[in-house]
Amino acid sequence: MWMEQQRSPSGSSQSPRSPSAQPYLSVSVTDPVKLGNGVQAYISYRVIAKTNLQEYLCPEKIVIRRYSDFIWLHDRLFENYKGIFIPPLPEKSAVEKFRFSAEFIEMRRQALDIFVNRIASHHELRHSEDLRTFLQVDEEVMERLRSYETGIFKKPADLMQIFKDVQSKVSDVVLGKEKPVEESHPEYEKMKHYIFELENHLAEAQKQAYRLVKRHRELGKSLSDFGKAVKLLGASEENAIGKAFSELGAKSELVSVKLQNESHELLMHFEEPLKDYVRAVQSIKATIADRATAFRQQCELAETIKLKEINLDKLMLTRSDKVREAEIEYRELKAENEEAMRRFETIVRRMNEEMVRFQEQKTTDMGVAFHEFAKGQARLANGIADAWRSLLPKLEACSV
Amino acid sequence: MMGSENNQGFEEAHLYASKEEMESLVLGDPSKSYSNSDYRSAMSNSLSSSSSHHPLSPPLLPTPPPPPADSDPLLAPPPPYPRNPSSHDHSSYIEPPSYADVIFSPFDGDTSSDINGLDCPSPTSDSPISFSRSSSSNAEYIKITVSNPQKEQEVSNSIVPGGNTYVTYLVTTRTNIPEFGAPEFGVRRRFRDVVTLSDRLAESYRGFFIPPRPDKSVVESQVMQKQEFVEQRRVALEKYLRRLAAHPIIKKSDELRVFLQVQGKLPLPTSTDVASRMLDGAVKLPKQLLSESVVAPHEVVQPAKGGRDLLRLFKELKQSVANDWGGSRPPVVEEDKEFLEKKERMHDMEQQLSNASQQAESLVKAQQDMGETMGELGLAFIKLTKFENEEAVYNSQRSRAADMKNLATAAVKASRFYRELNLHTVKHLDTLHEYLGLMLAVHGAFTDRSSALLTVQTLLSELSSFKSRAEKLEAASSKIFGGDKSRIRKIEELRETIRVTEDAKNVAIREYERIKENNRTELERLDKERHADFLNMLKGFVVNQVGYAEKIANVWGKVAEETSTYARESS
Repeated sequence: MWMEQQRSPSGSSQSPRSPSAQPYLSVSVTDPVKLGNGVQAYISYRVIAKTNLQEYLCPEKIVIRRYSDFIWLHDRLFENYKGIFIPPLPEKSAVEKFRFSAEFIEMRRQALDIFVNRIASHHELRHSEDLRTFLQVDEEVMERLRSYETGIFKKPADLMQIFKDVQSKVSDVVLGKEKPVEESHPEYEKMKHYIFELENHLAEAQKQAYRLVKRHRELGKSLSDFGKAVKLLGASEENAIGKAFSELGAKSELVSVKLQNESHELLMHFEEPLKDYVRAVQSIKATIADRATAFRQQCELAETIKLKEINLDKLMLTRSDKVREAEIEYRELKAENEEAMRRFETIVRRMNEEMVRFQEQKTTDMGVAFHEFAKGQARLANGIADAWRSLLPKLEACSV
Repeated sequence: MMGSENNQGFEEAHLYASKEEMESLVLGDPSKSYSNSDYRSAMSNSLSSSSSHHPLSPPLLPTPPPPPADSDPLLAPPPPYPRNPSSHDHSSYIEPPSYADVIFSPFDGDTSSDINGLDCPSPTSDSPISFSRSSSSNAEYIKITVSNPQKEQEVSNSIVPGGNTYVTYLVTTRTNIPEFGAPEFGVRRRFRDVVTLSDRLAESYRGFFIPPRPDKSVVESQVMQKQEFVEQRRVALEKYLRRLAAHPIIKKSDELRVFLQVQGKLPLPTSTDVASRMLDGAVKLPKQLLSESVVAPHEVVQPAKGGRDLLRLFKELKQSVANDWGGSRPPVVEEDKEFLEKKERMHDMEQQLSNASQQAESLVKAQQDMGETMGELGLAFIKLTKFENEEAVYNSQRSRAADMKNLATAAVKASRFYRELNLHTVKHLDTLHEYLGLMLAVHGAFTDRSSALLTVQTLLSELSSFKSRAEKLEAASSKIFGGDKSRIRKIEELRETIRVTEDAKNVAIREYERIKENNRTELERLDKERHADFLNMLKGFVVNQVGYAEKIANVWGKVAEETSTYARESS
């Protein structure tokens, strides 16, 4: 498994062999089951959490969750832990008939398992209340929470934020500001540029990996068809050559099976990690957007405060009775501004830490994926060589 | 997914550059660019004679090898290719034991002296068939090359200036067969001459499996460039002539010799076109109808041809209809059960061959695609490696870049191996296509037999009808006292006709028997050669699969080792 590191019971990547006194949280996503009928059909998973952390009610809990519950968790974390690269989820939609194929279900289960485990082993995320909720509440509660968040029922605060964003965008346009204010931090610029380009490169690599999976399948199929055709040809020939043909046909079909198997392995252990890498980069892009928003908010507040200061001074000079009001407003704004600054700085700090963690994690993930890929290809090639080789003495024997 | 905020137009343009970059990036080779390697080009490239450097062969080869790159099996094995000093990658090839060395000889163990493991099979255009058999036969050989297409003007006396242009090819022959009188010679021939040769051979060698000549294929020439068409035709002509030269009987034929050797205009009677033949026939028909048309004995050895022998055609047609629908059995019937069984078997084999041939094509395409995609994957990772190295801020990135480079290099190598393997596979499995093509020749030979039989049957029918007429006349005339001068004359004419027809019948029967015998020997020869060639094909195919699988396994085994630090206890 290419994410074994996260599955070690200690939950932290540093200590694989910890005494039971060490805090741990281990999660697994298992047992996909199809529920419901027709268009409403969906897959449910068993999520098993084992822990000795105080915050959890029981040392072991099993709950039933579906894909949209995972989305809920992801979105909550994204809201509450800005600056952290939230582990990415596998894709939402899929071609209808593929959605319930065994391969797809297994791939998704694997990805969801990795998703939760990454959260459980992240030094900040693992303490989140949302994670505890996700791992513990029963299905009805979960369903309520889920529809509350992702449905039409948005919290009033969210609506306010949406209005504010629109407002500021409009005022930007009105004031003739074309581009939103951006940080001009050279290192950060470099990082952003790196992330955006990385996505392109990775997407290409992933595309080729997927094609390679297909090629294995296709080569397997054509070898199988060839084998069958050769067998038939052998049947219309007599004596030695007929036998040789049928042996070749049989071997061909055998090799075909090896290829089909490797195709599946490639999909699960090479192409999927690459896809995961792409998703991770996209998650970083989302964080970058968050940071930009936070920066803008902070800037705007700073501007507003300046205006308020000027206004306040004016009022004080004119000894207006609006002074009190203005002072209160000013103080509130100042508090907001400090809050915004803190938010922004948290994001910056977190991002810096996350980048280091991300790079290290990806080196490991890719290393594992490459190892599995090379092992698989070597295994396949050796298997093919052995299969064909065993045919040679028989062919020699056929020579008249 | 591909969206990016920054203006990436320029950069993206050379992000995914051609494979040339891949070559020079990874292995520092004086690279040749990979041609647009679709299946067709793989096929045609493998078929073309290698006077031009093969674009798909590994870049380890230096610039175009000298012209006798197609190894004549009976000459000394070709000298090993000079090592290109700048291709340092060669030394990084580990030579695994067993088949990895042997694979490079696509044919019999004869060329096992090529052990430098380097030599690429610049694909010879010797059909595998001629090689595998000539190596075991006597020392006589004949090697034909078709080259140097040139445009020439039709010398015409017409009013229209300029006239027709056509293409001629240089046909060079090297041989030690004494009948030719010279070891090496060349002539210029045009396609029309090949048609003539083919037609004359068909006449002279009825009952033999004569390799079918290349199509006139007018349609295709409109679709592709003139150059491509000429090249394809050149290849096809060469293949055809070599097949003729490989046939034990036909290689000694006068027709072939004359075609290969006589300078200037081809001294074989040309086949006139259909229209003028019909015209010819129309002129002769009245004469045939008015006189008691008989088939002259010497003409009987040829099948009825439209135009010349309209009447004969009609008669034989009538006969064949009578054979099919008539109540009585024809006087001579194809009785040879063994032959009928063989015919059935040939038919069945043709179907299986066709199927196998198709599947072989799909297999080759799938192998080609695998190699291509593996190469593209390698290229994508090369780019990633470069990118990470350039942008590296953390050591983890540099470490990852190093891992990627190993993977990419291996993928590129594996890709090359797949393509090489495919070149070999194409050549080996080509045997299937060859024998499928030969089925046409078999059909022709069987048709010769049935038309000869038809001629015999027709003559027998005629003979019997003449005889019964004669009997009737005699009966009638004997009733008249003193004889009937006109009737007697008629009877005598009839008797003469019967005599001629008897002769013709005898000749026809002899011809039929001869063709039957030809069929039989050819079938024997076909069976024997086919077994040998197919066995070679299978062996070659398997040996190559093994050899290349070993090489590929080796490449990936190394990467698995290099990345073994990432392996965990489980899985």
